[in-house]
Amino acid sequence: MRVPRYWRNKLFRYRLVGWRCINCGAFHHFKPLVCKRCGSRGFREVELPKTGKLLAYTVVKIAPADFKDKAPYLIGLVELDDGTRILAQLTDFSQDELKDGARVEAVLRKIREDGESGIIEYGYKFRPLVG
Amino acid sequence: MRDVAIIGVGMTKFGRLEGKDLMDLLAEASLNAMKDANVENKEIDAVYVGNMLSAAINHQTAIASSLVDRISIFPAAADKVENGPASGGSAVKNGFLAVASGVYDLVLVVGGEKMTSADTDVLTDYIATMTHPTAEYVHGITLPALAAMLMRIYMQRYGVTERHIAMVAVKNHKNGMKNPYAHIHREITIEGAMQSVMISDPLRLYYTCPISDGAAAVILCPADKAEEYRDKPVKIIGVGQATDVQCVHEREDPAVLKSCRIAAEKAYKMAGITPKDIDVAEVHDAFEILELVESEDVGLFEKGKAHLAVEKGVTEIDGEMPINPSGGLKARGHPVGATGVAQIVELVWQLRGEAGERQIKKDAKRALACNFGGFGNNTVIHILEAMWK
Repeated sequence: MRVPRYWRNKLFRYRLVGWRCINCGAFHHFKPLVCKRCGSRGFREVELPKTGKLLAYTVVKIAPADFKDKAPYLIGLVELDDGTRILAQLTDFSQDELKDGARVEAVLRKIREDGESGIIEYGYKFRPLVG
Repeated sequence: MRDVAIIGVGMTKFGRLEGKDLMDLLAEASLNAMKDANVENKEIDAVYVGNMLSAAINHQTAIASSLVDRISIFPAAADKVENGPASGGSAVKNGFLAVASGVYDLVLVVGGEKMTSADTDVLTDYIATMTHPTAEYVHGITLPALAAMLMRIYMQRYGVTERHIAMVAVKNHKNGMKNPYAHIHREITIEGAMQSVMISDPLRLYYTCPISDGAAAVILCPADKAEEYRDKPVKIIGVGQATDVQCVHEREDPAVLKSCRIAAEKAYKMAGITPKDIDVAEVHDAFEILELVESEDVGLFEKGKAHLAVEKGVTEIDGEMPINPSGGLKARGHPVGATGVAQIVELVWQLRGEAGERQIKKDAKRALACNFGGFGNNTVIHILEAMWK
């Protein structure tokens, strides 16, 4: 991942802020020119809820080159409380807490250190929601 | 639009092919197909080369021009077609359109990939670049991880167990044992598969295709001229391609491969047939869960029921609906750009009755190939028919 590509997307990576289509409600994590679902062109900025539930998860053991040192790590499909689905790494899970349907909340965490440019990337991961 | 026939097929062995580079593989498969079609070099009007990773892992671009040079088919028009793991299927589709349109009469389509020279983590990364750059790739997603989550959803929803997935792998390994072109020649057991190394929980090594080198090729011409070249021509009676939202999590239902459904509907409509008319299929089992999902979404089984067919042996070589008689991506191997073409090569052999020990038992007239790109966001379907039956 090149640094500018990461930086352009920082509002979403840090705060889960994106754009929702005024016509059909589809969520976009970057400012789109055209709605991917209905093709219309009007959007409003939204901040997604920080809590939701885990739809499915996996433990990645064979990782891409840049994540090799992090493996094994958890990745999950999360459905937020407003119904928006996103993909993210999971963190702070014990084996008992790790089950489909578990309640989760977003936290800001280190994602990785970029090999070529040396920057440290931060972004959201999801941890178990306690209580 | 003219009817289009396949008059020649050929491939290289798939596997870890030491001492052969990408161009060697493309050339070998092309020449095998030209020989099978009784076609001379200078007759070829155009070539379409399906390949995904030449620039990334073989440090070579413009490989279609290079192939013309290698096998002396000047001055044939030459294009590379890249559509991820559906590059081969897309290349065949482009060849079909070129002949159907009347622009070209004799077209070579070849797909190939040389993968084993790259390290696994580098390949895993390049293949992951198919995913959405800022919504999927950035999190360290891998294709096996997406397959693992699809497998988990299928297990939650349809009563599919890990044992069913292992049964698909066992069947494909058994078929691969009978295929001299297959990468993997190893019989496995359900228990052995269920104890194999975990790649991305619950996806194990034996539920995943290997990393392979190889190439496959077909020769196309107008159907009314096919018998001038050889007997038993096979007509392409249906072609369908469709796309879906890139991010798996943004799809209406992450357990439905909508691009497969729509591509299949389009192909059946063009062919004027229904799924009941299909006798044999090759589907894109890069992961064994996908054999179930695709065979349902192309209409061969009801949604959520393919694992029951596997239990009953329906998809075996001697079953009512043989799937992946070649061994599929699981055992034949998956040199990504070659796969879509290799599926069609296998089905032509099956229709002609030339598949040797893995020849399906029923007398097949129509066959379906499902080649799947991205994680199911771009699917190419071809339906073939034996012209002499």
